[in-house]
Amino acid sequence: MAGEKEKKVSKEEVKEERKPKAPAAEEAAKKKAAAPKDEAPQEPQVDVDTLPLVKRVKEVKGEFIEDVKYFRGEITFVVEKEVIVDLCHFLKDDSETRFDFLTEVIGTHYPEREKPFEVVYHLYSTSKKHRVRIKVQLAEDEEVESVFPVWRSATWYEREVYDMLGIRFANHPDLKRILLPDDWEGHPLRKDYPLQGPPGYREAWIKAHCASTNKL
Amino acid sequence: MMEKGLMDKGSVEGQVTEDLMRDTLKTREMWLNMGPQHPSTHGVLRLILALEGERIVDTEIVIGYLHRGMEKLAEAKTYPQFLPYTDRLDYISSHAMNFGYVLAVEKLMGIEVPERAQYIRVMMAELTRISSHLIWLATHALDIGAMTVFLYCFREREMILDLFEMACGARLTTSYFRIGGVAHDLPDGFIEQAREFCKIFPKKAQDYDDLILKNRIWLSRTVNVAKISGEEGLNLGLTGPNIRGSGVYWDIRKDEPYSNYDKLDWEIAVEHGCDVYARYLVRLKEMRESCKIVSQCLDILEKLDGPVMAKVPKVIKPPEGEVYASVEAPKGELGFYIVSDGSPKPYRLKIRAPSFANLISVPTMVRGHMVADVIAVIGSIDVVLGEVDR
Amino acid sequence: MAQELVLVVIKMIVVFAVALLIVAYLTYFERKIIGHMQLRLGPMRVGPHGLLQPIADGLKLFVKEDIVPHDSDRWTFYFAPILNLVCALVLLAVIPFSYNFMVTRLNIGVLYVLSLASVGTIALLLAGWSSGSKYPILGGLRSAAQIFSYEIFLGFSIMGVLMISGSLDLVKIVEAQSKVWNIVYQPVAFVVYVIAALGELNRVPFDLPEAENELVAGFHTEYSGFKFAYFFLAEYANMIVVSCMAVILFLGGWKGPVLPGIVWFLIKMCAFFYFFIWVRATFPRYRYDQFMRIGWKIMLPIALANIVVTGVVMMLV
Repeated sequence: MAGEKEKKVSKEEVKEERKPKAPAAEEAAKKKAAAPKDEAPQEPQVDVDTLPLVKRVKEVKGEFIEDVKYFRGEITFVVEKEVIVDLCHFLKDDSETRFDFLTEVIGTHYPEREKPFEVVYHLYSTSKKHRVRIKVQLAEDEEVESVFPVWRSATWYEREVYDMLGIRFANHPDLKRILLPDDWEGHPLRKDYPLQGPPGYREAWIKAHCASTNKL
Repeated sequence: MMEKGLMDKGSVEGQVTEDLMRDTLKTREMWLNMGPQHPSTHGVLRLILALEGERIVDTEIVIGYLHRGMEKLAEAKTYPQFLPYTDRLDYISSHAMNFGYVLAVEKLMGIEVPERAQYIRVMMAELTRISSHLIWLATHALDIGAMTVFLYCFREREMILDLFEMACGARLTTSYFRIGGVAHDLPDGFIEQAREFCKIFPKKAQDYDDLILKNRIWLSRTVNVAKISGEEGLNLGLTGPNIRGSGVYWDIRKDEPYSNYDKLDWEIAVEHGCDVYARYLVRLKEMRESCKIVSQCLDILEKLDGPVMAKVPKVIKPPEGEVYASVEAPKGELGFYIVSDGSPKPYRLKIRAPSFANLISVPTMVRGHMVADVIAVIGSIDVVLGEVDR
Repeated sequence: MAQELVLVVIKMIVVFAVALLIVAYLTYFERKIIGHMQLRLGPMRVGPHGLLQPIADGLKLFVKEDIVPHDSDRWTFYFAPILNLVCALVLLAVIPFSYNFMVTRLNIGVLYVLSLASVGTIALLLAGWSSGSKYPILGGLRSAAQIFSYEIFLGFSIMGVLMISGSLDLVKIVEAQSKVWNIVYQPVAFVVYVIAALGELNRVPFDLPEAENELVAGFHTEYSGFKFAYFFLAEYANMIVVSCMAVILFLGGWKGPVLPGIVWFLIKMCAFFYFFIWVRATFPRYRYDQFMRIGWKIMLPIALANIVVTGVVMMLV
């Protein structure tokens, strides 16, 4: 069929492109070093301050914003953890931003950073149809305030962040584990938590619960 | 009557103990546990209901019985290797799950998918939507007692599953999409069979309507049950047909179109009733609209030729950065947040599952209703535990 | 005298045996008919076209382990299902299947039927209570409340017929329909009777206490094995009795051209069975408070109004 032939051609082309490695690779490496790392070949250069959302937020709450990033059409604000609830109230109520929907609250662990934990909020506006991402960076054992007063769905998202990463949220109505059993120890999505689970756990569980002594 | 053994250390129990200590003359609430194994909870979902007489005062939802650690697994797999895991999220609508994932990776890498592949994807996603809604209708009606609708819906679903099997070999967990397109082109005879389905489906769908759409008993079980306003729903995280049943005109396919949805002619389904019946009407209309979209895609695919896979490098190494991409899955907004550090494996992959968020509003919806309504509510929210627990 | 006694005993045995056979095969036909309405075949494996299915089911229940819960009241636990089945089967003693075929003829036949049906309700309460656990008690109370609510207007719907026939004797009621069936004179009462029958039999759309997805699994939660079979048989035996009564009271009993009376009786009875099964395959079920509301606030006034109208019309005509 036509589609398969085309696919074969493209595979060959890809192979050809990879063959002359040595001289082209050096040039490519130099190009990469020169260009900023988070830009793909087709990414257009955009001055973030011209974007209407960034302008509005900087206009009213400029002192909250630490950094603004723009990648693949998405705006990211990096803010300090103290201002998060204030900023969220603003973003929800302001007539130009109107972020009435909290899509998700996500936690990530970057162990090599000074502040290893990051809490990411994704917001969406059903009326203006735009999205934004807000990031808060936290040190070990630092707490960030829950955005539950702004969007009530935050309760479950933050519980999951606590469950998986151990980040605590202040003033959360009911912070406890959600996906794992209540008596689980450890926070799996941390980078130092092994994929197979805590060492010895599986064997201990099998021994405690399985009648036969066969190793599974 | 209070069975302490059933309760975890949670807020609901604590609250009741306080009440007890304060006022021993007050009648005690009764706890009822709709345990993880139950014919109607559509998976391993546990509800702890606090009842006063027959009315529900509070609900606590316990999930996590199906947690498989997908997000942790994703950090150990390469991007193409993770694709079959997405099938197992909402195992009933696996194409939609694949769709969300490949869109996110393609956004991250800046890949443009060929036209033919885009239309194939849209067609598969819409067939999945019909299939998922058929299961929803079947189980929802069965829970409320109309058992014949169950079998009629499965009759149509068999036709869709046959189409899936023709295209990719699997009925349920399909993994047909690839990063950059679809795995292979449609086989001969697919378009004719799909057209056959599109011709038959509207007439057969009339069967379901004849049985329950205007049935007195159905109406009295679903109208004005579990009302939630649009604003409250958005605050609580409802998406998809659930929020469209409360009058909010939000469909990601219309508002942030992806994969040529804006070039097709179809309507968004919105009702203003805010109750179980409204959500039922929304999904019925969505099934018909999806059928329309599928016919249009078939017309286009007959004439459109081209590759079904973009030129994608053999080892997928996205540039450093993070993206969030979302699609309109049958249950709501399915989103993937991917953080890439330049290596072939994701640094962090977060799945924004619609059913997880939809469950947050169940306690609000169910308050003040009777126990028999809880089942209607869970049916109308359409949860699949695979994506709730991941 | 002795000859009469022997005759009565033979009739009893025949009626009893045939009734149990019909009950058994009613379950089979229910599964088959519902299956075909749902585009599937129903039982097919046991015997040709699954005809031996009821026997297999009975055998299975017979050989099951007899489990008695620890907290239960042992003798009541054993007694309740027996009482239930006995009350259902004993009603067949007064039903006239043909002008000369009945086990006995009571001149207060209708009263007998209504009273014993109520005794059956007591059996449910006993069953629920004696199980000794929370859910059967609640389920038993619910079922009992549902059944006696619906029995009340079942009785009232029959009043109209009694007024027309002028007698409680079931044979006289059928004789009074030799020209015109009562359904023509009492259509409203007929509809009310049918709905009351569905409620009393705990069948869809009024089967919430028994529904699988209800948390409270009903009064027969703790019963297994042959005691459960008694409840099951009693439910279908009640269905037979209710259908027989409907045929006698409204559809002219054994009256009909050409065929012998008993054949007509059976045909009309089977029509009712088919109707009940059809309703089960089609409708969703009502919530408990909704069908109690229907019973007390809608059906009861209609039944009473029917009595008043019948009385007025009889006076004028």
